[in-house]
Amino acid sequence: MTAAPPSDLLNMAGISKSFGPTIALQDVDLELKKGEIHALLGENGAGKSTLVKILSGALKADRGRMTLASRPFAPSGPLDSRIHGISMIYQELNLAPHLTVTENIMLGREIHLRGILQRKDMRRKVEKALAFLNHPEIAPDVPVRKLSISARQIIEIARALVDEAVILIMDEPTSRLSREDSVQLFQIMRRLKAQGVGIIYISHFLEEVREVADSYTVLRDGQRVGTGRMSSMSLGGIIRMMVGQDVKELFPKIPHKPEGPALSLKNFRGKNMFSPLNLELQQGEILGVGGLVGSGRTEMLRALFGLDRLEEGRITVFDGEKAGDHCRDRIRQGMGYLSEDRQSEGLALSLSIRDNLTMSYYEPYVRWGFLRLGRQKRDADALCRRMNVKARDSDQRVSSLSGGNQQKVALARLLHQKADILLLDEPTRGIDVLSKAQIYDWVGRLAAEGKTVVFVSSYFPELIGVCDRIAVFFRGDLVSLRPAEEWTMETLTTAATVGT
Amino acid sequence: MNNTFKTNRFAMVLKWLGPFIGLILVVAIFSLMPEVQDRFLRIYNLKSVATQSVIVALGALGMTLIIISGGIDLSAASNIALSSVIVAFAINAGIHPLAAVLLGIMAGGLVGLINGALITSLRLVPFIVTLGMLGIARGVAKWMAGNQKIDTPLTWVNELMAKSPQGLLLAPGVWLMIGLAFLMAALLRYTVFGKHIFAIGSNEATARLCGIRIGRTKLLIYTIGGLFCGLSGVMQFSRLTVGDPTVAVGLELDIIAAVVIGGGSLSGGMGSILGSMIGVFIMAFLRNGSTMMGWPNYIQEIIIGAIIVFAVALDRIRHK
Repeated sequence: MTAAPPSDLLNMAGISKSFGPTIALQDVDLELKKGEIHALLGENGAGKSTLVKILSGALKADRGRMTLASRPFAPSGPLDSRIHGISMIYQELNLAPHLTVTENIMLGREIHLRGILQRKDMRRKVEKALAFLNHPEIAPDVPVRKLSISARQIIEIARALVDEAVILIMDEPTSRLSREDSVQLFQIMRRLKAQGVGIIYISHFLEEVREVADSYTVLRDGQRVGTGRMSSMSLGGIIRMMVGQDVKELFPKIPHKPEGPALSLKNFRGKNMFSPLNLELQQGEILGVGGLVGSGRTEMLRALFGLDRLEEGRITVFDGEKAGDHCRDRIRQGMGYLSEDRQSEGLALSLSIRDNLTMSYYEPYVRWGFLRLGRQKRDADALCRRMNVKARDSDQRVSSLSGGNQQKVALARLLHQKADILLLDEPTRGIDVLSKAQIYDWVGRLAAEGKTVVFVSSYFPELIGVCDRIAVFFRGDLVSLRPAEEWTMETLTTAATVGT
Repeated sequence: MNNTFKTNRFAMVLKWLGPFIGLILVVAIFSLMPEVQDRFLRIYNLKSVATQSVIVALGALGMTLIIISGGIDLSAASNIALSSVIVAFAINAGIHPLAAVLLGIMAGGLVGLINGALITSLRLVPFIVTLGMLGIARGVAKWMAGNQKIDTPLTWVNELMAKSPQGLLLAPGVWLMIGLAFLMAALLRYTVFGKHIFAIGSNEATARLCGIRIGRTKLLIYTIGGLFCGLSGVMQFSRLTVGDPTVAVGLELDIIAAVVIGGGSLSGGMGSILGSMIGVFIMAFLRNGSTMMGWPNYIQEIIIGAIIVFAVALDRIRHK
């Protein structure tokens, strides 16, 4: 229909794709210019992944055309797409942990002379790429498994550089990064942009998107519902487009009053924590815990739940009852833990929703040593309804659910085991806005019921929006604990990155 | 409306039949072969297939638990040989046959317990531990037997695998196998222990943070696996009427194959007793049919090898 203007690096027109009866994409257009960062937004299941998979050659569109630098483009597969300069950085990092930095970056792109590897040339190329990314300190000969997650992300980008990518697709690159590392990543993105690379950027962190993107496309239910310049659109407007309705309030205020002791830590020191800490938590209180990745927040939570050994100190619950040694005992005492990593730790993906829900608390269903499966199913179905889990029924496998619904199942397990002290590690990571709002609401209602919540997050707006008090960790120590009203985005960022 | 009802019913039938299709196919093919059709589906032949399956089937019952929990037991066949030697040894020592049988079963359980203890306390992968035990158990069996067969006087133990027992229709060993299969299926489906086995196999980290005692559960799983090998060893002894330390070499692979053909996943979290039993019978009917056809041994090996790959590929597609 319309000829691509010459400045367009990529033009996708009328892309449609169905999986059986479900329509994933319907007549979607997308234009990307040289040196542009284009945000691709939408809730989970809106079709973002399908669209970029079509671009990266992993899927074939049913209908529609693509032009790359004004030439028709129909990749026969991922390799073909890579050869044309399209590089994709996935949410789950795709690195071989035992291979070195150089081997990973040059994987499939090895420089060789009749099959003999030219190590020096490869090394030079890798060093050049790392220097461009402002990370010359990453040693090319170190196995990747020894690197931090943010360094691994750099390796992924270096791979794209070596490929001489003209289009870089980034799927949730900051969801595992701390704020500081994210800012560094944005700097790198701007440098790539200055070199003329077009970047398609997928993220749920809308503030960050506004910070870094030039333009946006919003998808909803497989259709494009908006596109334009980022500067001319408000955050509220974007959320409205994504959700298709007004989110009344992202952080609903549910009145709750802290009352009565719930948890007390005396001289508490877990693995990798430097100095011991003392902390008193009340029933009906939401404590936020902020800090960078690796600052000791997760370590504190795991030691609190009994997953890691306590180096020293004493934990008591409610009226001075000593916490048990094993997490099994602490579950009986009313503690519940939500892992930050639901894929590899939080959920048994190949099992059904009902088995995942009841895994920590089978006692109510046992009679004469046998399980009453009917009761288990009834309870599980009721919990799914209560938590708005979108599923056929509770027999469905967890792996077939979207990220947000998986997280709801993991949270519902804590409800099922009747936890009174909920330790939540990054409960909203990688899930869509609507599910986030539901989780905030849920946390508020729990507090109103008199339950205690410890809410660990790297995303500061939600800490300020949801919590009563916020503690900040820095390099293994709790450096500051104040009521939420006394914190601002700036002071939180400073405390987390500088430690004061 | 009528139509949807019909398709629903059809889907239900298919779902129920799904695991049986392979078995039905194998039986149907041999029943249609003109060379063997008059003998293949005879009661006598079915009985002998059932009796021949007992040893692998008992091993597969324990192996199913182990594989669902994400583990493997390579020492199963060595364990079977060891326990058959121990039964013979005990009978020759003048112990009551029942005590000898119990001793054989307990010996198998002990080997399993050691496997489990090494896996949980040393945090070694089951493959390595049981590979080591494969050699150790076989070696101990040969040592005990002085590297030869142990002849024993005939006792009622040898009746366990008799082809046509009086008044029982099937050999006592076959009845035992059927009963234990039902018991294990119920254990997996209706007990907390069963649920924990699936949880550990599906995601051990999740199981840990749900407060499941992983070490204790694994210890129990491998011990049960060992007990079944011990019982299988008793049946082996019953069938051969001697204690033979060199018997059942490589049988662990048949046992594992049966579980895998039946839908067990080597990465854990999946499998069923019904599936494993069907796996056992698919292989047993293939062996039996091929022998009747007069096909040489190597043809059987090729067919069974192909079936393993095919069955697992089919299972993948079915679960997509």
